[in-house]
Amino acid sequence: MSNLSSGNKSAKPALKPLVKSVLSSRLTFPLAVLLIVVVQNIITTPTFFHISITNGLISGYIPNILDEASRLVIVTLGMTLVIAATGGVDISVGPIMAIAASFCGLLLNGTEYRTDIFHSPLILALLVGVIGGALCGAFNGFLVSGLKIQPMIATLILYMAGRSIAKQITHGQTIYLMNPVYKWLGVQIPGVPIRTTIIISTVMVILVVLLVKLTSLGLYVQSVGINGSSARLVGLNSRAIIFMAFVICGILAAVAGLVESSNVGSVNSGELGSGIEMDAILAVALGGNMLGGGKFSIAGSVIGAYIIQAIKTTLYAMNVRADQLNVFKALIIIVIIVASSNVFKEKLKKVTHKVFSKNMSVGG
Amino acid sequence: MDVMKHEQNSSALIMTGIGKSFPGVRALYNVDFKLRQGEIHALMGENGAGKSTLVKVLTGVYLMDEGSVRIDENPVIIRSPQDAQKHGISTVYQEVNLCWNLTVAENLFLGREPRKMGLIDWGQMNRKAGELLQELNISADPTAQLDSYSIAIQQMIAIARAIYTECKFLILDEPTSSLDADEVKKLFTLMRKLKDKGVGIIFITHFLEQVYEVCDRITVLRNGELVGEYELEKLPRLELVTKMIGKEIENLSNLNTNKDESRFEGEVPIIEAREVSSGPSRVAPFDLKMYEGEVVGFSGLLGSGRSELVRSIYGADKAVQGQLFIKGKKVRIKKPLDAMRKGMAYLPEDRKVDGIFADLSVRENIIIALQAKKGILKRLTRKEMETYADEYIKLLNIKTANRETPIKSLSGGNQQKVILARWLLTNPQFMILDEPTRGIDVGTKTEIQKLILKLAGEGKSVAFISSEMDEMIRTCSRMVVMRDRYKIKELTQAELNQSAIMKTIAGGEVGNE
Repeated sequence: MSNLSSGNKSAKPALKPLVKSVLSSRLTFPLAVLLIVVVQNIITTPTFFHISITNGLISGYIPNILDEASRLVIVTLGMTLVIAATGGVDISVGPIMAIAASFCGLLLNGTEYRTDIFHSPLILALLVGVIGGALCGAFNGFLVSGLKIQPMIATLILYMAGRSIAKQITHGQTIYLMNPVYKWLGVQIPGVPIRTTIIISTVMVILVVLLVKLTSLGLYVQSVGINGSSARLVGLNSRAIIFMAFVICGILAAVAGLVESSNVGSVNSGELGSGIEMDAILAVALGGNMLGGGKFSIAGSVIGAYIIQAIKTTLYAMNVRADQLNVFKALIIIVIIVASSNVFKEKLKKVTHKVFSKNMSVGG
Repeated sequence: MDVMKHEQNSSALIMTGIGKSFPGVRALYNVDFKLRQGEIHALMGENGAGKSTLVKVLTGVYLMDEGSVRIDENPVIIRSPQDAQKHGISTVYQEVNLCWNLTVAENLFLGREPRKMGLIDWGQMNRKAGELLQELNISADPTAQLDSYSIAIQQMIAIARAIYTECKFLILDEPTSSLDADEVKKLFTLMRKLKDKGVGIIFITHFLEQVYEVCDRITVLRNGELVGEYELEKLPRLELVTKMIGKEIENLSNLNTNKDESRFEGEVPIIEAREVSSGPSRVAPFDLKMYEGEVVGFSGLLGSGRSELVRSIYGADKAVQGQLFIKGKKVRIKKPLDAMRKGMAYLPEDRKVDGIFADLSVRENIIIALQAKKGILKRLTRKEMETYADEYIKLLNIKTANRETPIKSLSGGNQQKVILARWLLTNPQFMILDEPTRGIDVGTKTEIQKLILKLAGEGKSVAFISSEMDEMIRTCSRMVVMRDRYKIKELTQAELNQSAIMKTIAGGEVGNE
């Protein structure tokens, strides 16, 4: 107590609010983590910032991280909206990716498993894939907003059934998409030096930010997530908003699925996008968003997704074997989650408070 | 049995000079309270009087700022609910705090199960539970799941659980609010039994008849201060109501200027309800007419249906029958947005639960209703939002660091002003204000009362609910009185005085007069 009052009275008024606002900003923490990962890389991997052009593509560690993270970034955008609106998660995004890619692959290849001929126009195939994702999202949205089922349980249905559905679509076969044009989507458009994945993920981020900022979707989602009862009384339709969040999440998962299938050149419904749901939830958490719903930050979630990929790439660069990767990832994440917990933050605040008031008492 | 051990002596719980403040509100000031063993003591007061704060101080939920607590002349310090339990103080809250999916016996012994060789001794547990229930005349099977019993029985089981610990003092916070008459009787039998065993009981309720049926003494609080402690026989019902509500009418008394309803003759009412009801458990069918430029009060004790009445008009609770007319035209209100589009606004009773968006900024909280009315695509520009927010922060004198401060860090009164601003911004014709002045400081109260009159002066029609009678008398031109979910009377301007209202609220059997 005495520390507190002496700190308040003494000089340096400008510094404290600054420290306070930096400490309390929700983006500070994710940015700091990203910075630590980058610095760590600079020390261990001297070539980290090295960028070269190989085969007409900008390559290097950073472009590599941006490329590898692109699918996660896209999925995370939708996950952010679902978490904000419902306080629950959509664990079916991975299977939705597989379903979307399967629809697309079926239309492109027809009955053949391996061909370089398109059986349908590419645009139509992509559109059908996206619509498939939107329908999956609508199904989830109906369960949650209409039947009031907990989001995790509601999406568990597609989480379990989704890959089987995808397999039915592709008649149980892995489809190989051999037409080089299909590679444009997930690798490179001829003559463009930046990987298409990076372009598409950036475009998706911009689209979602515009959607949130130019319409009232962001405000509505936050209002419904913070206090559903108040939201109804001020005239918001909570059900429609939650439904919309799931549909958008489904559409974005579909886009990620199409990008992924193009990137690997095939549709393997058992593998495509597997495990991405947990990374996406983690990315939202790392981004400083409340998992209980309410306020959200698209920027935070995107940074969270890049953090996860940066950690993966770093570990690979340090020659960590693939089978050990998850252990290291888990260790790093434990540290991050503990450091971002409220209990820890309160402690940190107290410590910084003490340090500051001591300095000031000496100075004043 | 532990309950049996207390012999009748003069042991007592004495609280002296209790003070407790929250940011912006002084909840308790210099309150004395004495609870003797073997008595049932009613703690009375309207909303915001400080009853629940006093109870929370006593049970260690809040730490008091000032004052002391003594039990049997020994000073005690209560820092947590565990401390309170240690000193023999137990509480049973309004909502039953038990696990519905466990058995009765499990609920009774949760956390203190009898053990044998480290394992739970189920036989002994069920037997002991049976004994306890029988002793208290609670007809429940120890091995049945809790939710197979009515709320009343569950409540009694909660009480049994509370007193099974070394309990000398029992606090019952609104235990009867969800019980029917028969169940209440059973509860009272149990309370009397405990009283005979020497337990001191604090009984908090809004039902006056119940106080007079079961209590020995009454302590009345008002605005966080002690009004007095009275023997039940020496305080007739009407006097109690007067003491709860307060007599002193400030000098603002004639804020409302000649609101004579004869001037409405021939006018088309802004709102007319015919036989509207939102179901028998909420509010019985009622008729209502409200005109331009008038403030109509809705009074009645908590739970009388006054909030439910206005909610059924606004569509917050869906009306199941009846017709609603706005300016003579029949309308159908299915949800709040319909009502908003027809020019209604509704400031809900519970600001925290139904009003604020805690994490959103003052600006967002102000514009949200207007934005919801405009729809998702017609977004207000940032500039418009800021202009509106600044305008109303200034107009209503909202004390906030700036418009981007989260509303949760504002004081209660300022949060309430933000919500008022939210609705004023939608430019409503008919405003429903349910307890707009509850739990806020006196200065802000007066500001809000003046605002209400100003709005009426501008031709808006205001439905005003308050637990504070004097502010209703000051501001309303008419008053609708509710009791037990029925609209029982409309008092005209001429009839608007304390005793008439209180008599109507207190009901038929107003004794001693």
